[in-house]
Amino acid sequence: MHELYKLASGIFVWIAILGFAAGMIGRLAHLALTARKKDPVVYQYFSLYYALRSMLHWIIPFASTGMRAHPVITIAAFVFHICLIVTPLFAAAHVILVMESWNVAWWHLPDPAADVMTVLVILGCLFFLIRRIAQEHVRYLSTAGDFVLIALVAAPFVTGFWTYHQWYGYETAGILHMLSGELMLLCLPFTRLFHMALWPFTRGYAGSEFGSLRHARDW
Amino acid sequence: MQQQQEKWDWTTGQRKIGDFPAWQDRFSYMEEPYVSGDGEKIAAIVKTEDETFTACVNGTLWESQYDNLWHLCFTPDQRALALVSDMAMWTVAVDGTAWENWYEFVWKPCFAKNAPHITVAAQKELRYRALTNDVPWENEFFALTHLTVSPDGKTAAAVVQDTKLPEADIEKFQESGFTVAINGKPWNNHYVNIWELAFSANGIHLAAELRTSLYDYTIAVDDQAWKKRYAGVWAPRFHPLDHSVTAPVRMAGGWGLAKDDEILWDPKYVQLWHHMYSPDGSRIAAITAPEYGKWTITVNDRPWKIRFTELVTDAVFSPAGDRVGCVGKTEGQWYVAIDDQIWGTGQDMAWQPVFSPDSTHVAAKVEKNGQFAILLNGRPIDMTFADAWQPAFSPDSRKLLIRAILPQNQGGHYCRIVLDVDSVALSERRPGNA
Amino acid sequence: MNQNNQKDTANNKNGIYDVGIDKGASRLTPEKIRKVFDALVETEGGARLRAYTNACVHCGLCSDACHHFLSKDNDPRLSPAGKVKQTISRILNKKAKLDVDFVKQACETVFTECNLCRRCVIYCPFGIDVAYLMLFVRRGCHQLGVVPQYIQDTAHSHASTFNQMWVRDDEWIDTLQWQEEEARDEIPDLRIPIDKKGADIFYSLIGPEPKFRAQLIYQMAVIFHMAGADWTLPSAPGWDNSDMCMFTGDMEMTARLKKIHFEAAMDLKAKRIVMGECGHAFRSVYDVGNRTLGWKMPPLPMVHAIEFYAEIFREKRIEILEKFDRPVTLHDPCNIVRGRGLGDEARYVINETCSTFIELEPNREHNFCCGAGGGVINCGPPFKNKRVESNRVKADQLAAARDKGAEVLIAPCHNCHGGLEDVIHHYELGLELKFLGDIIYECMKKE
Repeated sequence: MHELYKLASGIFVWIAILGFAAGMIGRLAHLALTARKKDPVVYQYFSLYYALRSMLHWIIPFASTGMRAHPVITIAAFVFHICLIVTPLFAAAHVILVMESWNVAWWHLPDPAADVMTVLVILGCLFFLIRRIAQEHVRYLSTAGDFVLIALVAAPFVTGFWTYHQWYGYETAGILHMLSGELMLLCLPFTRLFHMALWPFTRGYAGSEFGSLRHARDW
Repeated sequence: MQQQQEKWDWTTGQRKIGDFPAWQDRFSYMEEPYVSGDGEKIAAIVKTEDETFTACVNGTLWESQYDNLWHLCFTPDQRALALVSDMAMWTVAVDGTAWENWYEFVWKPCFAKNAPHITVAAQKELRYRALTNDVPWENEFFALTHLTVSPDGKTAAAVVQDTKLPEADIEKFQESGFTVAINGKPWNNHYVNIWELAFSANGIHLAAELRTSLYDYTIAVDDQAWKKRYAGVWAPRFHPLDHSVTAPVRMAGGWGLAKDDEILWDPKYVQLWHHMYSPDGSRIAAITAPEYGKWTITVNDRPWKIRFTELVTDAVFSPAGDRVGCVGKTEGQWYVAIDDQIWGTGQDMAWQPVFSPDSTHVAAKVEKNGQFAILLNGRPIDMTFADAWQPAFSPDSRKLLIRAILPQNQGGHYCRIVLDVDSVALSERRPGNA
Repeated sequence: MNQNNQKDTANNKNGIYDVGIDKGASRLTPEKIRKVFDALVETEGGARLRAYTNACVHCGLCSDACHHFLSKDNDPRLSPAGKVKQTISRILNKKAKLDVDFVKQACETVFTECNLCRRCVIYCPFGIDVAYLMLFVRRGCHQLGVVPQYIQDTAHSHASTFNQMWVRDDEWIDTLQWQEEEARDEIPDLRIPIDKKGADIFYSLIGPEPKFRAQLIYQMAVIFHMAGADWTLPSAPGWDNSDMCMFTGDMEMTARLKKIHFEAAMDLKAKRIVMGECGHAFRSVYDVGNRTLGWKMPPLPMVHAIEFYAEIFREKRIEILEKFDRPVTLHDPCNIVRGRGLGDEARYVINETCSTFIELEPNREHNFCCGAGGGVINCGPPFKNKRVESNRVKADQLAAARDKGAEVLIAPCHNCHGGLEDVIHHYELGLELKFLGDIIYECMKKE
């Protein structure tokens, strides 16, 4: 048990961070090079102004027509994604761990807030899971990987919640929390979770073509 | 032509021709004028008092009048030609005299640069053929396109269909329906599609741009297709002396130049087309895009340094083959460029530059703010015109012929202006402010 | 076309027999199919293909952007992502078997169940260009020789005559002269100038105009004449700006078509190209075709008829005697509104010419496709019923405008006319269909 804890808090952290960084950089670089070789038009028509204009309309809740047409998903998606990114970065326990290890610190969330946000992420996962099953057109699109992905994202939050509240077996849950968090980080560049890194490019390119070339709105 | 040009009037000075300004009042309907290569004639399609149409040449109407008349132009030997119709039948009229053969439609008159022969495409009862000097081909076809004449004008070739294709039969189409007919005689082989044709300098050989399936593009010379298949080809050209054939070909996503089915220029260009030989065959120039959206001229596989962002067109070799000119466009402005140098500021339009026979001088017609000017060696000649045609140099390269209509405030006359190239008054203004 | 006795071999999805699909596919083997698609992915499948297919999180937010999905009772196979799943996703999965049935189904999906209208792009949070993905599969189908018969025949026409409708060179000129003669009964000095070098405007249009709707050439000539425009048309091929080859995936032919179109204008030394009321042709000349040739933008300015109309109204070069008095509504064509943002210009022209305007809902970039675009109508009679049934949502949208009082539907696009005509007829909507040019011609001063 202790050995596993040592691994999870030591070498695995590095593997996850380095794997994440290398994977992100590697895949984006590969994409950029492929574009240069096979899709040179992408560079020709990319416009920073119109890319940002488009992104802005898709990063502000209800700024796009599609978001207004689906208010429940819009709220769920925004809450889920914000909590998903903010909670691990600003959870007090994480900030303290980082400070103890590397002597750098930043602002952290009050514990009750992090607690609520964790619950929101878990609820978000549940929401997306149910939507995937209940809505026929989403179920049709779903692959086994999509369900695994939900589990992968939910795991560190469920185990983190468990650990924080020191419920039965929380020590094991703590190790599982670390391992699942590291796994998620590592998986980010190599699974569909990579959509987070692709978003600025696909959205930005759509915005560029729609804006600078077609003089039309894409939201 | 050169011999003919020697006979032109090269006396320096300005001569009004045809009392052109009076035409406007004389005719209730008049189309835009055309002028002969030597500048001695100006002509326009006009409506007569009998509500028929005819051509007015230097103020004199053709004796014959027609129900309709179009495609007025001058032949290389300075005769006025138009396609004319009476009683819903069409033929060619030259200097007012109609040919004897009438068809349901005639179009696309073709001439050789140095010959008096006239070839035209014709249709009757949905059968197609060509006529040269009023002599029709013996064979007729279900379709006829891409009519082309040899450099001596005596031989004509066209892409033809000699079997009727059932409507919407895609299978039959892909079994190849097109061939080439030379003076009416078809090739043996058929191809899925054939496009531009090119004659050799001696008029004996013919090359064609074609595809043998929906995906396989190649060149055929005298009905023998090259062995290799390419992702794309553009119009072929014959070497002026040894009759080898070159054509732009597309391979692995890029364009190169192939000579007799072997790669001559590597396929590294985003685009490569309209290649041409210098008269001695030693140099090949082409319009190319070495990078996406950047256009230039490439000579012997070496691109110029200048780039135009919108287009390059009207490329031309000097008669001696040592210089190359073209027209390019960047940010909505048109420019003349000679030997990798852009002439001055942008124009609203620029025409193909004209080299003197000894290659030392270049002239080009340009338009700015609705006025026309002639640039000589990069600077505007100190006159502007309401309209102008391509300038021409005398055979000794010492004189420049300008065919132009003077501005209204100078009477609006059509004039033939001959200038001494060495003492011509060039405007101090930068070109483009003409 | 032997449709009955060959029905047993028909595409098993909808039981529609198409000689291009069924006979084309019958020549294939799974090995050949895999080889062709793999080679296509290798040579032409670049960053966009990867980014789009990897970014899709299967959220289904694109579903109700698609008129096929909505019209067919939310059939999940018809959502944009559903079409991606059935086609390109399988192609990219190297383990998936691509057999003859797959090709038939994929071909029918990409050619007849997606109009490439790009409405879903503006509903996808990632901006995934599903039209790009569908076109990628169409290109593969073209390379396999599996393309619906009628659109393939149109592509053959393009390759042979450089126009969409097998119009012969002489037939084209003859039509122009015939229209000129007709128009001279109304305006004696009117001219349809052919090959006028140095004209300000090169006017290009699509094959069906000389073939079936020559009246539109007449009308445009009258508009040009009254606006005092210096314009011309070429006698030689290059006058047709349409392009079904870009929809069959024959990009080599698209390149050839656009080359001859732009070069015809360049040879006549025209300063700009004004084109008729067509949408797909605009996409071809403004967006797709120029790129295939290495022109980042069209080499000469491309002005859609709507822009030209707006220009002559703004410059007061044309006068409306009396505004069109029946209530009108407007269908925003995908290729010029999502494709060029001309929605406001169209409304400006309507405001100048019509007394009562009723908006369709949704409109502008959010308007639903006519169902004909993207070459779908060009797949011809075998798919007509399916096409019309796949656009019930358009009928509902039109009915709502009609219930508000609209009597006339303006659609400044030829394909849209074809599609909307069928929708209006099938759903008995009782709307009259017009081009903007029809209205201008009807209401303008002509002396």
